[in-house]
Amino acid sequence: MIELIIPAVVSCVVAFFTVYFMTPPLIKYLHKKNLAVKDIHKPGDVMVVRPGGPAIIAGIITSEIVLYAFLQMNEILAILITSFLAFVVGYVDDRKVMGGWFKPLGLALAALPIIFLGTYDSDLAFPLFGAVQIPILYLAIIFFMIIITGNTINSIDVANGIASGFMVIASLSLSVALFILQNYEIAIASLPLIFVSLAFYKYHKIPSKIFPGDSGALTLGVMYGAIAIVGQVEVIAAIALLPAILNSFLFLASVKKIVDHRELNEKPVELTSDFKLKATKNKKARISLVRLIVANTPLSEKEVGTVIFKLALFSAGLAIITAFMMEFRI
Amino acid sequence: MMHGSLFGFLFLMWVLIIIGGAIAVIILGPISISGYGEFDPWINSIVKGVVAIGLSILWVLILAKMKNLIFRKTFNF
Repeated sequence: MIELIIPAVVSCVVAFFTVYFMTPPLIKYLHKKNLAVKDIHKPGDVMVVRPGGPAIIAGIITSEIVLYAFLQMNEILAILITSFLAFVVGYVDDRKVMGGWFKPLGLALAALPIIFLGTYDSDLAFPLFGAVQIPILYLAIIFFMIIITGNTINSIDVANGIASGFMVIASLSLSVALFILQNYEIAIASLPLIFVSLAFYKYHKIPSKIFPGDSGALTLGVMYGAIAIVGQVEVIAAIALLPAILNSFLFLASVKKIVDHRELNEKPVELTSDFKLKATKNKKARISLVRLIVANTPLSEKEVGTVIFKLALFSAGLAIITAFMMEFRI
Repeated sequence: MMHGSLFGFLFLMWVLIIIGGAIAVIILGPISISGYGEFDPWINSIVKGVVAIGLSILWVLILAKMKNLIFRKTFNF
């Protein structure tokens, strides 16, 4: 355990400062290239550049390479390569809007390194009741997990700072759970995700200077999913992600098909004259987490973010309780 | 109070995951089909897969019912 402290500290410092120092020049470059979109929740024509994915993946690559140099574990390689492939999928979607099929298929392919490197255990562990052995079925779970974690983080990126802030909370609880379960190496491999998200949050928080884009959100979500698989904490990871899963569940339950949100015309929330978010009265519009949050009272973008972070903290608490429950058997 | 039902729904999702886990371990765990030689692992996986998909569909249906029950009442959806 003691010998892991130096790799942990070095990788966290590298993760944080790579994103911290790389994001400002990236913002400048994206402004120069005119790669900006309108921030629809702000008065006037506020333009925000995107994607921030290149800074995020740079932080992940450098920190995980540092960790690999110390620990030389295939699990770290699997996390690194899977995250990079998810970045590529997201970056393609950032530059050229692809169909609804593209991201699930691309993310399924991104999951392959986990399988080829053999960095998974086909026992699915549940709290209190033990594990179930599902050798072949578990392969389907790997694809499913990567697709779900990538897309849920992408779909909860609904306002300034949400995706990165949410990821700080969720990944922190995942790391704590891994430490509780004494899976120290993977716990340390998960720490860079917290620090990459935290550094990016500095520029993403309200008022955003940069949006992560699909390349950023998918990278964060898929890295989270990859850590969950190689760390054998799939159920705990899903619990920490519950607000984002709820958002995706509400989306699918109201739209009833897999479709990119950009293909839907009716918006679930509208802006009041004082730029607060309020739920639309349009019955055809999909239900989303934000629509539920502002259903009874219009709220500012910052207030909506605060509610989502409180929900994330609540789920993080449930995830940590679940980690303790893993130690007990009925 | 307004957002209380959202926290309540997340808690319900958590409880359903714990119960689902118990059902998965109790039902899926003991399934073991033999007598088909080298196809045994595949047949086991297919049977477990079908049961798991059934349980997942049941989980989603219960969640959808609860969603309607909680959010229609609170948010008039």
